[in-house]
Amino acid sequence: MFNDPPVSSQLQEYLDQNRERGREMLLPALLHTQKIHDFIPPASASAIGAALNVPLADIFGVIEFYSMLSSQPRAETSIRICTTPSCASQGSGELVLQTCQHLGVDIGEATRDGQYIVEEVECLGLCDHAPGVLVGDEMVGEATLEKIFIPGDHPRSQIYGDPLYLMARAGEIDPLSTEQFQEKGGFEGLKKVLRLPPEELIDMVTNSGLTGRGGAGFPTGLKWKSCAEVDRFPKYLVCNEDESEPGTFKDRALIEGDPFTIIEGMIIAAYAVGAGKGYLYIRGEYTHSHQVISQALEIAGREGFLGKDILGSGFDFEIELRSGAGAYICGEETALFESIEGKRGFPRVKPPFPTTHGLFNQPTVINNVETLANVALICKIGSEEYKKLGSEDSAGPRLFSISGDINLPGIYEITQPITLKDLIYEKAGGVRHGKELRAVLLGGAAGKFVAPDQLDVLLTTQGTREAGLSLGSGAVVVFDEDVDMKFVLHGLGHFFAHESCGKCYPCQLGTQRQAEILDRNLRGQALPGDIERLEDVIATMTDSSLCGLGQTAGSAIGSAIKICPEYFEIEEVSHG
Amino acid sequence: MAKDKTIQLTIDGKECRVPEGTTLLEAARSLDINIPVICLHEATTSEGLCRQCVVEVEGWGRLAPSCITPAEEGQVVLTESERVIRTRRTILEMLNASVDLSQSAALQAQMERYEVDPNRFPGAKKREREILDDNPFYIRDYSQCILCWRCVQACADDMQYTYALAIGGRGHDSHITTFFDVPIPESTCVFCGNCVGVCPTNALQGKTEYLLEKGLQHNEIRARRRQERQDKRRSS
Amino acid sequence: MNEMAKTVRSTCPYCGVGCQVDLIIKENHITRVEAPFDVAPNYGRLCTKGRYGMDYVSHPSRLTYPMIRKDLGAKPRKPVGISGFRRASWDEALDLAAEKLAGIARENGGDALGTFCSAKATNEDNYLFQKFIRGVFGTNNIDHCSRLCHAASVAGLQITLGSSAMSNSIAEMKDLEVLLITGSNTSETHPVISTFLREAVVKNGAKLIVADPRQIEMTQFADIYLQHKSGTDVVLFQALAHVIVKEGLVDQGFLDNRVEGLEAYLPSLESYTPEYAEEICGVPAEQIRQAARLYGSAGAAAIYWGMGISQSVHGTDNAISLANLALLTGNIGRPGTGLNPLRGQNNVQGCSDSGGLPNVYPGYQLVSDPELRQKFEKYWGVELNPEPGLTTMEMVDAAEKGVIKGYYVMGENPMMSEPDLLHARHVMEELDFVLYQDIFMNETGEYADVILPAVSFAEKEGTFTNSDRRVQLIRKAILPPGEARADWDIIQDLALRVEDKLGKKQSVGFKFENSAQIWDEMAELTPPIQGITHERVEREDGVHWPCPTPDHPGTPYLFTESFPRGKGKLTSLEYQPSAELPDKEYPYILSTGRVLYHWHGGTMTRRSKLDDIYPEALVEIHPEDALNIKVASEDWVKLRSRRGEIEVKVLVTERSPQGLVFLPFHFAEAAANILTLDARDPQAKIPDYKVCAVAVEKR
Repeated sequence: MFNDPPVSSQLQEYLDQNRERGREMLLPALLHTQKIHDFIPPASASAIGAALNVPLADIFGVIEFYSMLSSQPRAETSIRICTTPSCASQGSGELVLQTCQHLGVDIGEATRDGQYIVEEVECLGLCDHAPGVLVGDEMVGEATLEKIFIPGDHPRSQIYGDPLYLMARAGEIDPLSTEQFQEKGGFEGLKKVLRLPPEELIDMVTNSGLTGRGGAGFPTGLKWKSCAEVDRFPKYLVCNEDESEPGTFKDRALIEGDPFTIIEGMIIAAYAVGAGKGYLYIRGEYTHSHQVISQALEIAGREGFLGKDILGSGFDFEIELRSGAGAYICGEETALFESIEGKRGFPRVKPPFPTTHGLFNQPTVINNVETLANVALICKIGSEEYKKLGSEDSAGPRLFSISGDINLPGIYEITQPITLKDLIYEKAGGVRHGKELRAVLLGGAAGKFVAPDQLDVLLTTQGTREAGLSLGSGAVVVFDEDVDMKFVLHGLGHFFAHESCGKCYPCQLGTQRQAEILDRNLRGQALPGDIERLEDVIATMTDSSLCGLGQTAGSAIGSAIKICPEYFEIEEVSHG
Repeated sequence: MAKDKTIQLTIDGKECRVPEGTTLLEAARSLDINIPVICLHEATTSEGLCRQCVVEVEGWGRLAPSCITPAEEGQVVLTESERVIRTRRTILEMLNASVDLSQSAALQAQMERYEVDPNRFPGAKKREREILDDNPFYIRDYSQCILCWRCVQACADDMQYTYALAIGGRGHDSHITTFFDVPIPESTCVFCGNCVGVCPTNALQGKTEYLLEKGLQHNEIRARRRQERQDKRRSS
Repeated sequence: MNEMAKTVRSTCPYCGVGCQVDLIIKENHITRVEAPFDVAPNYGRLCTKGRYGMDYVSHPSRLTYPMIRKDLGAKPRKPVGISGFRRASWDEALDLAAEKLAGIARENGGDALGTFCSAKATNEDNYLFQKFIRGVFGTNNIDHCSRLCHAASVAGLQITLGSSAMSNSIAEMKDLEVLLITGSNTSETHPVISTFLREAVVKNGAKLIVADPRQIEMTQFADIYLQHKSGTDVVLFQALAHVIVKEGLVDQGFLDNRVEGLEAYLPSLESYTPEYAEEICGVPAEQIRQAARLYGSAGAAAIYWGMGISQSVHGTDNAISLANLALLTGNIGRPGTGLNPLRGQNNVQGCSDSGGLPNVYPGYQLVSDPELRQKFEKYWGVELNPEPGLTTMEMVDAAEKGVIKGYYVMGENPMMSEPDLLHARHVMEELDFVLYQDIFMNETGEYADVILPAVSFAEKEGTFTNSDRRVQLIRKAILPPGEARADWDIIQDLALRVEDKLGKKQSVGFKFENSAQIWDEMAELTPPIQGITHERVEREDGVHWPCPTPDHPGTPYLFTESFPRGKGKLTSLEYQPSAELPDKEYPYILSTGRVLYHWHGGTMTRRSKLDDIYPEALVEIHPEDALNIKVASEDWVKLRSRRGEIEVKVLVTERSPQGLVFLPFHFAEAAANILTLDARDPQAKIPDYKVCAVAVEKR
């Protein structure tokens, strides 16, 4: 049958400590078990169920949902190679084959000694160091076969911008030194606003024009206001660090380089709405970030920046760190709540909205990492100064993650409105190796392709909207003339099919149908009517999906059909 | 729900007045407009999964799932607009490509209504699974499962509170299963059949009926049961 | 053949929930069972028996023609299988039965007969049965299996409230605030009811207290689990009452207006401290306090119980101890409260309601009450016996003494369900005549002289009354096999022949054309159901009695203003230990009961595919005990008591507490009642199935 080692004393101890908290500790308990055994044995799952009072079938459903949990033995070390377009176009596919050959295994098959297993995964946030690989807990950038087994330093992003606001400290200070943090203006904002009544704070943030930086772009002050007005407690403040949009790595840089900024932003936000407890949900693959923020939280607590009576203000707030387990959909706010609550990451139907019924069905504000960094900034310099940055409809500095066939990949902090053309050619050094530009994918896999003759779009909320585009998470992936576009399209299709949660039919079925058509397109076996099929599928997903994943799953493909229809042509079938 | 407040809206050009809290689907029903549904059931929680019931609401960017969307004052709703029909037809075509719908009269009727091309998606990955016949009471033929979730809900907080079923996998590969895929008798299942009672297809079917449909007579079924009992005794 | 299926609405024939079912019929077989989602009490929910256990109806061993024992008259009568009988015509069989019964009555008086009517048959069947026995034989020796089930609950409720049924309704369950479940393995005995109780906990935040020696499934949903020792229920509940009184959690207003006996009762609580209860029951005193506070401070709290309370030598006291709690706290007479014995059989409530008891006519009208008796005498046109008759176990006693010479058993299996089976079977051997009427041959039929084949629930019309007093219809869905006939039809035919043989000048009245007419006659004589007709039940999908007039809506919950006896009576109790406790020779407590997949004597479920999932008896033993006995699951053990011994397979489970083994009583080949003892509650005359002493040895 299957391998079923007895419950380890380590796990039992963990369960004994946490049994009172019930189901919300399920995902942490499973991640714990996965670490101990490299999979979840049935006996351990049963023990978890008994301790946390969760039905066994539900536990299995949770294990099956998350890519980083396994009900079958895997291997001691997972070699997770990113195959999403940024990395795929830098040769990660070949790397997969090489590694498998070297180890003498197939993809997903463990080596005989149980040491290694090779997995193809989606975006790891290493786009500017493509191809990116996660080896166990180590991140490897510019990965080669050698580097996989002898990883070097943790890859850091280059940060560009002058002057820098959000990214001013990252890379310049010891991320775990509150002293250095405060020397460079950290906690200034917090100290100011703790003396204000929350309503004033909310007004200030509203005035600043700050909109969410996770991709949805909702006005932050408005979100806070709706939650603050609800007379129900407890309330929660959640930081969404499930950055998984292909081509995006800015939040990782912030967390790893300047963790206290995020903590500061969280405290401010919690104070504004009246939340006493915060959760920081970080994707499971960001192992290094997890370590850094974990230590930062501990230090902040020790030094009085978190916990009871913060800085003598009378405000109590604590933050619990939570890890995801490999699911892009958990970046969707309600799916994130489900994940914290110990369930499969299915998005919820809205309304009701998180501000009234969020985490544990309580009033909740959930903000993206970059948004929170902006919050700290606004509180430090004031909304008037803040409004001088960015544009009227897109206030404040904005981070763009640039990767692909670009000379200077990295994070760009943009404080003045700029066109996509200028960003690519003026700031980022243009297409590398002197190649021509084929297309730019703006906004990640959920974004759209921009043709070389459309680069004059202004990278503001309004500017992009007018061009039928969207800033999304600020991901910019550049493809040069040599790109195998069919391969990229197939990769995008595969991404959504892999990440669809499977709840609503349009996305569950549509992402699969889309991937199938793009697959045969890649193989040169496109069929008559495939474009019509794609268009029907895309229209259905866009019009009728339950959440943003499905609603944008066809967006990039749809834009490709428009701007590069030649990639969908039916190839001549050779006879004989 | 039973509030005194009523609201007025227009559906397919007809006026209707309903109590506040009524869904668009119910409001349409009150006008004898029957919006097609797949996953909806009176005894299970509506999660808005299938989206077959989507309608077009004037001014809304996306289509609205009418089974869970509350009607609002002054809305102008179209239940059979082009966009709506396109979604419904495509959903059925995609579903038919993945699942064996041949035994579902209700879905066949819908496919006819929306002029579905049953072969719209050549090369589609079918969710084919071997029939699970592991208990005396019902068979599970998940090749016919449309993932409406009703069985999982009926086993959990909608009816039975026994929690024997789970959703395994993710995305298109989602499937209904038990704890570690064990045979049903090894799960917490108590064979109440409430799941079978809400299953919209023959994915879950009483074993007697299943065998009768295969052409066995009652005495043959009895003999088969006897054999299965003996086999079980021998193997234990 | 491609015949169209037809759908017939009916009521499940298994337990007292009374689920409404839709039988899908093809070629005279029930091929599928569905449940309508918008009809009470089950709203689309079923359990495995209702859903998949109806196939017994079409089992090849259904009785299809009358039979007469080949060695008729031979004494002692030995149990014989079908091969010991010969086929007879209805005329021959009925004439012989009539002759024999009339003969016994003529020579020894009607009281020389012992009769058992059926908690599985309809109200109409049972009404006609007791009319026959009372009207024609002039005896009140009528009883049914409720004697072995909730007799003590009824006795206790009669003393404290003057009532005899579940006070509140199933519909209220999902909205409960606080509930106490005791002596009821609800998820296995009343599965659909348990889903509503679980709904209350999971969806509505209801707080659940479970008091049970066994760690039954409902404990998984409990906020407080009191695992008390078998037989110590009075002490436990008196201790709860003690805390409620001492901590001022009583409902003074309710006590002032609706309750009597407080002064005499209070001193009796003094010694029942939580500490004393901890000593006797083995439950921590603090937990007892917590439970008392939870129940006592609830806005509305309900109590549900089953055989753990009733089937005891002090079952009446057990029931009274629960009633005392409700009366002290005013948790009765309102929605979400009540004293709710969960009735077992599909029509045990109805059978009792229809007069299937030795001391009452239909509607619990006392046979000893001159005015009430006269009403029946007038209607039936015959003088009636004013003396209450014998209860089941008393009939066994009387049969042993030779005072009772003949038995008429309809739809019951006392040879599996009576305690001390070897003795009970021995008593059967000396009877002069046994008439048996059933759908299958069973352990009791093996002792019969004449066997009459009856139809199943799916083959006739009539009504069942479920546990919350809801009268519901069953409808004819399939044709009966062979020559089988409806019970009321058989009784009618038999009664007329007996009247003839006894030379009666005037018939008591057995000219019914259908069951609706029988109901109408019963209703005329029974005020609480006078507002109900078959037609109304059909129209409304069921009606809760009391329903005295046609425009009365029926009564889901009772006692809003007063109790049948006027005020509720607080009753002092004194703890008595169980009749037979473990000792060195027999060191384990044996508790008997049921499992989900089977029904009582097994007559139905052993002939259903339900048997496939649970084909043999298993004795449930705690892991520590199993270690001591040196057995594991699937091993065989010998269970021995002072009455007999059996061999059975083991199931090791923590459900059983240490020192107690649990055995289901469904399996003839390992009949639990061979081991049990005939120790009876003095008031209810019900045997104790939950506590006797056994030895357990590896085979």
